[in-house]
Amino acid sequence: MARLRHDRADMSAPMVSGKHSLTFVVPALVLIGVFLVFPALWTVYLGLTDYRLTGLAAADPRVVGAANYAEALGDERFRTSLWLTVQFVLGSAVLGQAVLGFAIAWALRDRRGPLKSVTEGLVLLAWILPSSVVAFLWIALLDRDGGTLNAILHTPGFAWLLDHPMASIIVFNVWRGTAFSMMLYGAALENVPPSHLETARLAGASTLQQLRDVVLPHIKGHVLTNLLLITLWTFNDFTAFQLTAGGPDGRSEILPVYIYNVAMSGGRLGFGAAVSFLVLVVNLVLAFAYLRLLRSRGEVRPS
Amino acid sequence: MRPALAVAAVALLALGACGTGGSGDSADGDVTLTITANAISGGKNAETADWTATWVIPRFEAAQKAKGRDVRVVFQPSGVDDEQYKTKVALDLKSRAGADVIDLDGIWVGEFAQAGYIKPLAEVAGPEADSWEGWSQIPQAVQGLGTFEGRRYGLPQGTDGRVLFYNKTLFRKAGLPDRWQPRSWQEILDAGAALRRAGVPVPIQIDAGTAMGEATSMQGALPLLAGAGAQIYADGKWTGASRALRDVLDFYRQVYSGGLGDPRLQQEARGRDKSFAQFAEGRIGILAEGDYFWRSVIEPKAGVAPMKDRDSVVGYALIPAQRPGAGIRGQDFVSMSGGAVRVLNPNSKNPKLAWELLSFMHSAEATTSQLAGAARITARKDVNDTVLGTDPMLKFVSDEVLPLTAYRPPLAVYPQVSVALQEATAAVVSGTSVDEAAAAYQRKVESLVGGPAHVSS
Repeated sequence: MARLRHDRADMSAPMVSGKHSLTFVVPALVLIGVFLVFPALWTVYLGLTDYRLTGLAAADPRVVGAANYAEALGDERFRTSLWLTVQFVLGSAVLGQAVLGFAIAWALRDRRGPLKSVTEGLVLLAWILPSSVVAFLWIALLDRDGGTLNAILHTPGFAWLLDHPMASIIVFNVWRGTAFSMMLYGAALENVPPSHLETARLAGASTLQQLRDVVLPHIKGHVLTNLLLITLWTFNDFTAFQLTAGGPDGRSEILPVYIYNVAMSGGRLGFGAAVSFLVLVVNLVLAFAYLRLLRSRGEVRPS
Repeated sequence: MRPALAVAAVALLALGACGTGGSGDSADGDVTLTITANAISGGKNAETADWTATWVIPRFEAAQKAKGRDVRVVFQPSGVDDEQYKTKVALDLKSRAGADVIDLDGIWVGEFAQAGYIKPLAEVAGPEADSWEGWSQIPQAVQGLGTFEGRRYGLPQGTDGRVLFYNKTLFRKAGLPDRWQPRSWQEILDAGAALRRAGVPVPIQIDAGTAMGEATSMQGALPLLAGAGAQIYADGKWTGASRALRDVLDFYRQVYSGGLGDPRLQQEARGRDKSFAQFAEGRIGILAEGDYFWRSVIEPKAGVAPMKDRDSVVGYALIPAQRPGAGIRGQDFVSMSGGAVRVLNPNSKNPKLAWELLSFMHSAEATTSQLAGAARITARKDVNDTVLGTDPMLKFVSDEVLPLTAYRPPLAVYPQVSVALQEATAAVVSGTSVDEAAAAYQRKVESLVGGPAHVSS
């Protein structure tokens, strides 16, 4: 990493003048401005109004100040939803996808041939199928009357999606999203010099010790990048809606579903925008924390 | 943050790719009109979709051709939950897009009009909308479905009524009569208990909970409320946690905690569709629904859950008041009615032509053809007089139910109050006490309608 940074410092020597570099950056900045900054600011503005999808407040929204934010923070449904989202992210992304993805990548690292390609193919397939198709398959699997899982387990009438809605969508999301972690770790593991592992093995290190002392220091950056990406994706993931629609009685209503339910079905666009902004803030905090970790890692070189 | 940039770039490309589509483009003087409805061939409201595609479009195009105009009419189908369809149409209209002729539930007219999404017909199409021949054929109550603050926004398609459907085969098994007419809520519960003893898996299905959406209010909470002597909105006040409301919630409690109904079905994302299928399979004894259920769901040929032996197996009864005489206006029996309307898109590029299409779709000839032999209660008296004789069930609704029915208030806040009502039933079905659910409902309604002064209790 240090060497890389050194190269970059050399390249930024006066090859292009300040004015020229500005010209190159402007199109990108305009794009960011139009498609990222403006909508974000617009969301902030909408969050301050009582804007609705229909009715009088749709034609003539009034500014209500911080009332939406105060209501959201005081609303038990919002806090429940936030807590469910934390469970969803920790359960399905951090523990599920990252751990399972690494496990698969580690188990397959030295293998060649059909086992590896079949496993990777299946995991990838779960990732690339359209979400509506996948949701339909899972409903067919978990349905209480005539679902495949009940047929296999001989538990007719067991309502997986009603009795364990959170567990259902967590398992679903692990199944769906593990491919990304698997591929990222698969690539990362190729960076671990085989000689280091060989040395550790000869020195009598157990698998756990090898992972901790040899592999982890090499792939720390990948781990953090992976966690950053899948955390943010999962935090904003809407696919679970197609399985449970947030139900029953809001017991799987993670934040994106909550926003959809209040803003679209309930028609409260202003309130929905306020909640969206709160989610944006949470996302920024998460991203910032991960980026800090990444940066501090770069400053301390592993010995 | 480079991934974010990449994502933004991809999103931009995707947007660019979408931007070239769009409907209603007219090329070289050719005019295209679009009709949309929550109907799709082979699925939801299939008969409307098929009628639009095979009757309306070819006839209208031919009639225009005869006048020397080249008009193309396109049907945009939908086959989703009513709430989702409503969101889609609202977003279409909000972005000044959408079909020229739009099918709406009458109860949405108020909030769409207030939002400025739809305009009075005479404003969009001109004075000919008010002098239309059909108005004299449509009863005032039915015209009310498309009217808001005294102005006509849409042409009503017809009306309906709620009844109790029951399965005569299961009734016979439980020793209940073939011609059944309960006179109180208790008699419904008694029939349910008899059905349960006879081993019927789901004796009673009264829609409950938020997953069923407006169906919970229309098929369950509101007719029950009317049976307890209250209307959701009367004399400028909304019903709060009154005695009538508590009685309604207590009826739900007796059905769903007493093993007479299936509480799970009310929570499932596709619970209402499942209840239809279960009734058709002979697993449900009594089911409260509108005549829609008779003509579109269990209809032997085109229904979504067809019952070949519908006419001999399925019976129907009036919904009784809590006790004889305890209903609204002192009635022994009650019902609720609603109905769909068709409106014009105020952003239509060809409003005059769109009106021609709309009024054509509501002409006596078109209305008769939509029935295609099967009866339904249309908006037009002249058509009803000739067709209702063919279907005893719809004649029953027209003769017995409509005189004692009630309508929902055409106010923009109603859908939100309705959701509060649905939440109260959901709470009771999942085990919350009636008092707790009623208190939560009262708080919610007060916050929706502007304080306790507008709520009666």
